[in-house]
Amino acid sequence: MRGISFDVAHLLAGTLVLVSFLQLYQDRLYALLNMFALHALVLALSVAWQAYIQDAPHLYVTAALALVFKAIIIPVALHRIIARLGIHREIEKVVGVGAAMLLGMGMVALSMVVMLRVTAEADPLAREDLAFALSVVLLGLLMMVTRRNAVGQVVGFMSLENGLVLAATGAKGMPLVVEISVAFSILIAFIVIGIFLFRIRERFDTVDVQALDRFRGERG
Amino acid sequence: MSFDAVSAVLLIPVLAAALLAVLPGYMLSARINMLAALLTFLTALSLFFGRPSAGKYLHVDDLNNVFIVLTSFVGFTTSVFSASYIGHELEIGRLTPTFLRFYHAMYQLLMFAMNLALVANNIGLMWVAIELATLTTVLMVGIYRTHEALEAAWKYFILGSVGIALALFGTILVYMAARPVIGEGLDAMVWTSLIERAGAFDPALLNVAFVFLLLGYGTKVGLAPLHAWLPDAHAEGPTPISAVLSGLLLNVALYALLRFKMLLATNPAALAPGPLMVTMGLISLVFAAFMLYRRRDIKRMFAYSSIEHMGIITFAFGMGGPLANFAGLLHMTMHSLTKSAIFFAVGHIAQVKGTQRIADMGGLTVTNPVLGWGLVLGVVAIAGLPPLGIFMSEFLVVTSTFARAPWLAIVLVFGLLVGFAALFLRLNTIAFGEPRGATAEAKASYVPMFAHLALVFMAGFYLPPALVAWFQNVAKVLG
Repeated sequence: MRGISFDVAHLLAGTLVLVSFLQLYQDRLYALLNMFALHALVLALSVAWQAYIQDAPHLYVTAALALVFKAIIIPVALHRIIARLGIHREIEKVVGVGAAMLLGMGMVALSMVVMLRVTAEADPLAREDLAFALSVVLLGLLMMVTRRNAVGQVVGFMSLENGLVLAATGAKGMPLVVEISVAFSILIAFIVIGIFLFRIRERFDTVDVQALDRFRGERG
Repeated sequence: MSFDAVSAVLLIPVLAAALLAVLPGYMLSARINMLAALLTFLTALSLFFGRPSAGKYLHVDDLNNVFIVLTSFVGFTTSVFSASYIGHELEIGRLTPTFLRFYHAMYQLLMFAMNLALVANNIGLMWVAIELATLTTVLMVGIYRTHEALEAAWKYFILGSVGIALALFGTILVYMAARPVIGEGLDAMVWTSLIERAGAFDPALLNVAFVFLLLGYGTKVGLAPLHAWLPDAHAEGPTPISAVLSGLLLNVALYALLRFKMLLATNPAALAPGPLMVTMGLISLVFAAFMLYRRRDIKRMFAYSSIEHMGIITFAFGMGGPLANFAGLLHMTMHSLTKSAIFFAVGHIAQVKGTQRIADMGGLTVTNPVLGWGLVLGVVAIAGLPPLGIFMSEFLVVTSTFARAPWLAIVLVFGLLVGFAALFLRLNTIAFGEPRGATAEAKASYVPMFAHLALVFMAGFYLPPALVAWFQNVAKVLG
């Protein structure tokens, strides 16, 4: 029993990291949104699998939320907003693709080193899940830092948040996961509504990206 | 859940928020806002005398009782100030009645979120509450919908979201550390059981968790270098919100940090959280003190002053020990009272002058004596001149540091002096000299401002023994 359930969970979490990398080098907004939808889909599968192997039916709620809200509603809404507001289709990036990928690999290495070392005692599934989750979180941060455009930053934040949900569901028996994922969904809905209502276009370009840069430096 | 004072502290703001969301009319809703805040404050006071036992979700102990009372008190006085401030904004058309309804509902929702974060006995619930508080303040910062306000709200939003996301990761790690000891399920997220058994947690996991929590909640405290959102959010939102942000929300985030610090302190093998907090506190203090010199916007200047003082408080709690903790608690209380009083004054000054630019203000003590001298008194207090309350608490922080780490004390004193000089340099232009700018009569209610200042003044001479005993007790708990 342990074998297959472990492998599938591992596979899904690994796929999530992979899709994070795919997001990292997209330079068109629509493609980025599609990648995000894929990210959310993989997350939904991963959470559903955790719900199954942990025998925790409440996690299906989180999985359904990821599927319906993050994989369908949000990407569709953002598609429409981009079309209606006529935002640039190209994403301005602070660093090039190569540098971003190298930085991303550094992030993954960092999270492996940190997480696998400190969780030596925990059960193997949880600890590798956690290492993957931290990778997704760091890649999301990296995405936010390297994008100048508001939608790009929002997608970065959402994939960061997917990493957190992965971590929360991987922590066996953690209470309040559903509540937390609902709270996060509200947050994201606010961001998307905010973009739409305020019709903030490229004025976000002046958002102080430096602050986030320092942030990463603090951690890295 | 049976009905008791703790649930009342939460229910009153929620019900008021629902009511205010549907009620039209400015005078009525401003009064209901005040009434609800007053009721919350009175209920919070009653917690000093009797409190329900800790549940799985909510609890009140000596530590958070202080925070709750302070929060609801400043929440109440700010609602009084807000009534006259918002009335003026409505007159000049900066706010429309619809937004006003929204504003009042959000105000109560923020009170609810802060109280929930304080009484939460569950690290997950506390996280959700702080997230809710962030959301409501983001909405209020952007309420003027000017270009600058939206940008400030967006910046706050993104940085605040990243902060709370990191804090959540830390929270998950704490649960992971607790699970093998306490077992799966709700108990592994309950403060009271976490703190009892923390000695057996895996120290390495706890260390990593604390780093995430420090960065995450530290962003909300406004510690440098994670403070970038704070000056903008203070400067562009309505002034009552600046007062609440500075006086209360920063404290709530700090409270969360303190709880986790206590958790680490009970585990001898985990890293000592003190030095990390001391370092970030000192960096914030010195950095903000220098930044004070170059400020042209009056609200932005006092926002940097808040970073400075949060730095001092974090430093004091980082030093730890009964004396430094006592000083930290006292300083936090004094700072909340003084800084919100200053923002009350600044709000009316900006309304009189029609601008927030320091260069366009001058000679306030001549043109608007009450307001001008109120500000002077507030700045004298915040700069830490004797005999006011902040002098007391800063003195305690400095002396307790000198006894244990003289080198740190030198940096501390240096930062304090730099900030002190900057504040008086600016105060000189604003309050004295040639009158500059518009000179309208201020239609202000001075009661909240002077009530706060009177408390701070009194604290400089006399602290009630009951309060001292209470703080000493809490300082011991903080370790």
